[in-house]
Amino acid sequence: MSGDLTHVAEIAGSVPDPEIPVVTVADLGILRGVAEEEGKIVVRLSPTYSGCPAVVAIELAVEAALREAGIEARIERVLAPAWTTDWISAEGREKLRAYGIAPPVAGGRASLFTAPVVACPRCGSEATERVSEFGSTACKALYRCSECSEPFDYFKCI
Amino acid sequence: MVHEALLEVADDCLVLGHRLSEWCGHAPMLEEDLALPNMALDLIGAARGLYARAGEIEGRGRGEDDFAYFRGEREYRNCLLVERPNGDFAATMLRQLYFAAFMEPYWRAAMSSADEALRGIAGKAVKEVAYHVRHAGEWVIRLGDGTEESAARLARAVDALHRYTGELFESSLAARAAEAAGVLPVRAEIYADWDRLIGTVFAEARLTLPDGVHMQSGGRAGLHGEDLGHLLAEMQSVARVHRGAVW
Repeated sequence: MSGDLTHVAEIAGSVPDPEIPVVTVADLGILRGVAEEEGKIVVRLSPTYSGCPAVVAIELAVEAALREAGIEARIERVLAPAWTTDWISAEGREKLRAYGIAPPVAGGRASLFTAPVVACPRCGSEATERVSEFGSTACKALYRCSECSEPFDYFKCI
Repeated sequence: MVHEALLEVADDCLVLGHRLSEWCGHAPMLEEDLALPNMALDLIGAARGLYARAGEIEGRGRGEDDFAYFRGEREYRNCLLVERPNGDFAATMLRQLYFAAFMEPYWRAAMSSADEALRGIAGKAVKEVAYHVRHAGEWVIRLGDGTEESAARLARAVDALHRYTGELFESSLAARAAEAAGVLPVRAEIYADWDRLIGTVFAEARLTLPDGVHMQSGGRAGLHGEDLGHLLAEMQSVARVHRGAVW
């Protein structure tokens, strides 16, 4: 059965994020595991943000992708341990950068009066400024590069 | 008893989340029009987890929607601070700072709750609320240390809202039961962290912490201001008119 479970994990992991389609479930590190319980396949996923509207969309997309492959699975939402941007894979980070989104800066968690140095995903300059703490989605902040003048999204560290 | 204490926290998050969502399309600038509903989503997300867990503990088959849409204002247990109308942007930011500065240490303490589900909710919420603190803190500083007009508006907001902060640190009978069971953090013990953070921000914002304010409370007993009824009427109207509707 373990071979089958690897296959399930591959299919589930390859589902793209509905809001940032260049990264997959596996890239984001939200796939917590697959198991067979009482003859049924269970896929465990972690939500990124508590109120992220994409959470349900991702769960449905994973369920649909598996069904298409002939696998009936139950999706289980796992809150603890809480998802952290540290779980985004190196490949996922590179995909984000290539897409124009600055990947999360390690150790860049929010604290009063301090902000991480975020490099521009287009020109690489570290001369950037935060325009808004909250961008088009809860997981992103809006930045602007002082060097090449491009505005860009930054995937916040949580 | 314990589920009632979880409902208090859930109601705080839902009511404030709804208040922030009222800014959608009305914020003073596009960035804030994105920021305020994003924070509303964080709060509503936390509320959903808490309602679901409260329903499980209660064991009477009630779930998120039953708690959110089918309780009247006397059954809501949110603190008075979160139901205060948005007022101007300064008032909204100050209310946000007061609440977020409480919730950050509260969620952090709740990460060692005796209840596993609550540990999960707290572990997520604590990371999100850190951004709320920074966002509100920076705005309060910018407004307080800004123009004569912005400083005056913020000072008016302090006059209007500070009296509702005391209730954050009061534990109802239900909360005391949950605290004794190790499920929820002791509210009074959050005060030192809150006071330190508010003090730091107020100093930067050149704001004076009011002294000898007579604190208002009653929300945990279902005794709310008139404004909560209006909020619920709007928030619950669709669910009550179209019972069982899904989309």
